[in-house]
Amino acid sequence: MTSPISDSENWQPSELERRRRAERQRKTQKNVLIAGISSVLVLGTFSIILVNSPGWISLRDTFFKWAYGVEVLPKVILGFTTNITLTLIAGSSVALLGLLLALVRTSRSPALTPFRFLATIYVDVFRGIPMILVILLIGFGIPALQIPGVTNEVLILGTIAVIITYTAYVAEVLRSGILTVHPSQRAAARSLGLSHFQTLRHVVLPQAIKRVTPPLLNDLVALIKDTGLISILGVTDAVRAAQIQTAKSFNYTPYVMAALLFLAVTIPLTRYTDRILRRSMERQNAQGLT
Amino acid sequence: MSLSPSALLSVRDLKKTFGSEVVLDGISFEVPVHTATVFIGASGSGKSTLLRALNLLEQVDDGVIELDGEEITAVDIDPDQVRRKLGMVFQAFNLFPHMSVLENITLSPIKVHGLTRDEANERALSLLERFGLREKADQYPDRLSGGQQQRVAIIRALARNPRLLLLDEITSALDPVLVNEVLLTVRELKEEGMTMVIATHEMGFAKQVADQLCYLHGGKIVESGRASDVIDRPKEPETQEFLARVHSAGRL
Repeated sequence: MTSPISDSENWQPSELERRRRAERQRKTQKNVLIAGISSVLVLGTFSIILVNSPGWISLRDTFFKWAYGVEVLPKVILGFTTNITLTLIAGSSVALLGLLLALVRTSRSPALTPFRFLATIYVDVFRGIPMILVILLIGFGIPALQIPGVTNEVLILGTIAVIITYTAYVAEVLRSGILTVHPSQRAAARSLGLSHFQTLRHVVLPQAIKRVTPPLLNDLVALIKDTGLISILGVTDAVRAAQIQTAKSFNYTPYVMAALLFLAVTIPLTRYTDRILRRSMERQNAQGLT
Repeated sequence: MSLSPSALLSVRDLKKTFGSEVVLDGISFEVPVHTATVFIGASGSGKSTLLRALNLLEQVDDGVIELDGEEITAVDIDPDQVRRKLGMVFQAFNLFPHMSVLENITLSPIKVHGLTRDEANERALSLLERFGLREKADQYPDRLSGGQQQRVAIIRALARNPRLLLLDEITSALDPVLVNEVLLTVRELKEEGMTMVIATHEMGFAKQVADQLCYLHGGKIVESGRASDVIDRPKEPETQEFLARVHSAGRL
């Protein structure tokens, strides 16, 4: 921004500035102290209430029996691989189909009018029906049709049901992102000679997707958990595996193990996305606003 | 340097660095009430950073800024209270696109200064009337020309009755025809006695409104004085070179 000036290299802050810095540092230290004290107070109070409640001992034995938890962990993990596999397959399909749907809904081309109409109906319908009903309808309905050549595999049918529902959600999130990109951006891109598609690909979508990353991440985390819903068709996922163990032992620790597995995936995912977003915002935005 | 009794703003030894870059390198000046101080200088000479520092949008690394005799660079100062006395107009207008012209102008008077909606509307409409924008009150900023948008931005700053108006290269994003309407507005404010600190590339305008002109170069005020002196009879070689370049670009 400017030329560095030689005599500023050995510039020493004035007495006043040194005082100001010391004062700012004192303020920061005070804030850290306050944050620490308030955290200890709040968390401490919660733990004391929890540990002193009358049923705490029996609750601890039924939900947090760690030795038993470790024993059943392999089975729960095996179920959890189903959740992860389904999330990867469904997630990538949903991203593609949702994007396609969002593009169709935001396009102005007259040739696409019937598709725009159909896309709107699709979103209205599948966003409105509880996913568990979609899973039941497809998981039990398709095999009942007995169409030759169509699979009866519940795992595949269940996954398709999840994809159908989530595509409707994600398409709407992406569409809202696309609509928030200012028309002047499109004008600038088109005036540089970029085609409609190139404009979408290089100018509109990168901005739109960045803006809707937090809600998309919401949907991804929800997807990881909702893949478990296809267990009603008889697929063994982490929750179902835990349920089987619990039914044998009448101890709920396997559920807690399943919950920890989900958290082990979703928390790092959230932190990672937050970091990427923050970095890209720091790079692009002007600094210094209070 | 002592604070003269009529100085509204007093800046002493202001320093600001971004990493290893020194952006402001010991800036000192005073702005007496009802006067305009104009900063000229090449892009990157520190003009914008200076104005942002005056509005407490940048934390300075050293030095003192006093407004109305109060040190606003003190650590325990409340920036919101300071900004109640200041109006700022930006190069890129920075109007809120989701609000109508009237809503843009009345937002701060209602939310910050506690006016009722009726009072704020009345005041906003009379300002719009005065600057020939009355019929745009219910339009949205994107539908206005650049010059109109910038005049709305000026009115938005004025509607809060600021003690001091900061204008940051407010014509740089406008074409010459529109520049004129905006500069005319500023000249009117000057005649009414508004105290202003202005960063600009328009030398002719600088000459017309400046009570004090400062040439900023490498984060320092290289030369300052009466506008006609600095522009027509620059003493320092850096100023001469800068003005020669401006001249050859046909902007004088």
